[in-house]
Amino acid sequence: MTRFEDQRTTVYKVDPEHPEDATLPTLRTEELLLNMGPQHPSTHGVLKVILELEGERLVKSTPVMGFLHRGVEKLAEEGTYHQFIPHTDRLDYVCAMYNNFAYCRAVEKLMNITVPDRAEYLRTIVAEIQRIIGHQFWLGTQALDIGAMTVFFYCFRDREILLDWFDELCGARLTTSWYRIGGVERDFTPSLFAKLKQFLDYFPPKIDEYVIFLEKNRIWLARTKGVAVISAEDALSFGLSGPTLRGSGVDYDLRKYEPYSAYPKCEFSVPVGKNGDTYDRYWIRVQELYESVKIIRQCLEQIQDGPIMADVPSVTLPPKERVFTNLESMIQQFKLFSQGFNAPPGEIYCGTEAHKGELGFYIVSTGGGKPYRLKIRAPSFIHMGAFDHMSKGYMIADAVTIFGTYDIVMGECDR
Amino acid sequence: MNQLAQRIEETFPGASTKVTEWRGDLAVTVKREALHDIGKFLRDDPAMRFDYIVHVSSVDWPDDEERFEVVYEVYSIRTRQRIRLKTRVPESDCIVDSLTDIWKGADFMEREVYDMMGIRFRNHPDLRRILMPDEYEEGYPLRKDFPLRGKGWRDTFEFLDEPAR
Repeated sequence: MTRFEDQRTTVYKVDPEHPEDATLPTLRTEELLLNMGPQHPSTHGVLKVILELEGERLVKSTPVMGFLHRGVEKLAEEGTYHQFIPHTDRLDYVCAMYNNFAYCRAVEKLMNITVPDRAEYLRTIVAEIQRIIGHQFWLGTQALDIGAMTVFFYCFRDREILLDWFDELCGARLTTSWYRIGGVERDFTPSLFAKLKQFLDYFPPKIDEYVIFLEKNRIWLARTKGVAVISAEDALSFGLSGPTLRGSGVDYDLRKYEPYSAYPKCEFSVPVGKNGDTYDRYWIRVQELYESVKIIRQCLEQIQDGPIMADVPSVTLPPKERVFTNLESMIQQFKLFSQGFNAPPGEIYCGTEAHKGELGFYIVSTGGGKPYRLKIRAPSFIHMGAFDHMSKGYMIADAVTIFGTYDIVMGECDR
Repeated sequence: MNQLAQRIEETFPGASTKVTEWRGDLAVTVKREALHDIGKFLRDDPAMRFDYIVHVSSVDWPDDEERFEVVYEVYSIRTRQRIRLKTRVPESDCIVDSLTDIWKGADFMEREVYDMMGIRFRNHPDLRRILMPDEYEEGYPLRKDFPLRGKGWRDTFEFLDEPAR
């Protein structure tokens, strides 16, 4: 970080021995306080940051959050474990599938349930599609914020294909609620498999297309290279995760560190940056798009027929068609939704590598059907903690870049 | 007993009051006075290096003598281990030493705990509410005695009669 002196500014100095020579009135300088947000288009939601400026340089920035606070953690204490799944959609509303996944995994860890193989593959495929959607959304909006508009249209064009695919899978584009505790809600149809395969052939050349727009774009390079640099040590100390941490050269990825679902059966690499700047984080996300395609391909090859829901009648839901025809299944469904299942007393933390970073759920249970305490470790919230540190000394326009580089979503940040 | 918990017990005799290992998660409850030192030890000890802070959380147990529980979860990138550090505080004196100087990320996370549960942190650089408005004075939302469905004010409003159709 260097503070540049503006060459064009003339500095008037008064000779202390001849103060009468001073013909100019004394200039007064002070730091300027600027409110950015809550209605700023690049804050990705409703976020306000109070910027203390010295000229156009940021001296201190204080994020003011909570405009979207809905008390999700409090609501969780009042409902059963199943009833909380739709609430998780609304955390990071851009990538609902991954929130469902992280939550279901946490409850499965609490209940000690093993998910059948086919369900694990389906979960991994959908999670990676969600990662692609998340990164496309990020790339489009980040480029738009910085001033490259075309990428936005290209990213959203391809994102639309996947959202339609989600629509066909579960009837919703954004708030999906497709994951269930112990498995998934429904299997893929042959048409979904076919569309997915078609997309995998279509997509990799499109990633190259996005890159072409940005790789030689001087504005993009000038505004991302060397902006918002954070060292690996600081990034860890701040608890940053996901691409934001990997940009600084730490290969912390829960898919590799604590393998879950079908990830250990797939071969993929974790891209790691060097400089810890915005450009490296962009590069990592683009590389992750290629890796996601690779993972989905392998999953499609390896997937076998089998059940899509764990068979633990006291916890998992019966298949929908049996609920309407079979008395026991109907009673099971009714009991699970009205009373919930009996969780053992204890506490667990389970982190999942969402595309923004480590999305974790800390659940305390005292027995009974409702969580006693449920804490959401939201990457967006924790990344905002480093905002002041990362923005110090940069220009006011870089504040926008820094929001973007976290891939911040306020629904998750404020919960 | 877990190796890590044993090491803490050896270095700080009598500081840890309870060690549990459940579903692969190690949780150590320590005395409030020792929390800061143990945190520093966990981060700086060359064999462990718990350098990554995962989350700071809090739990309310209204029936217990020491009502609140503060939970720190940290991870070691080098040894790929995680540990949950817990401490208990009574309601009459709910203040804990801040670990902001050990893990910088604790700043926002502790502010959230203060905002939601009303536990204060000694030596915290900027202990203000973070998600609730600054001037909010109706208590701490995640405490168990804070009602989910409001405090009944809604029922005190006078309703106008329905206009005749």
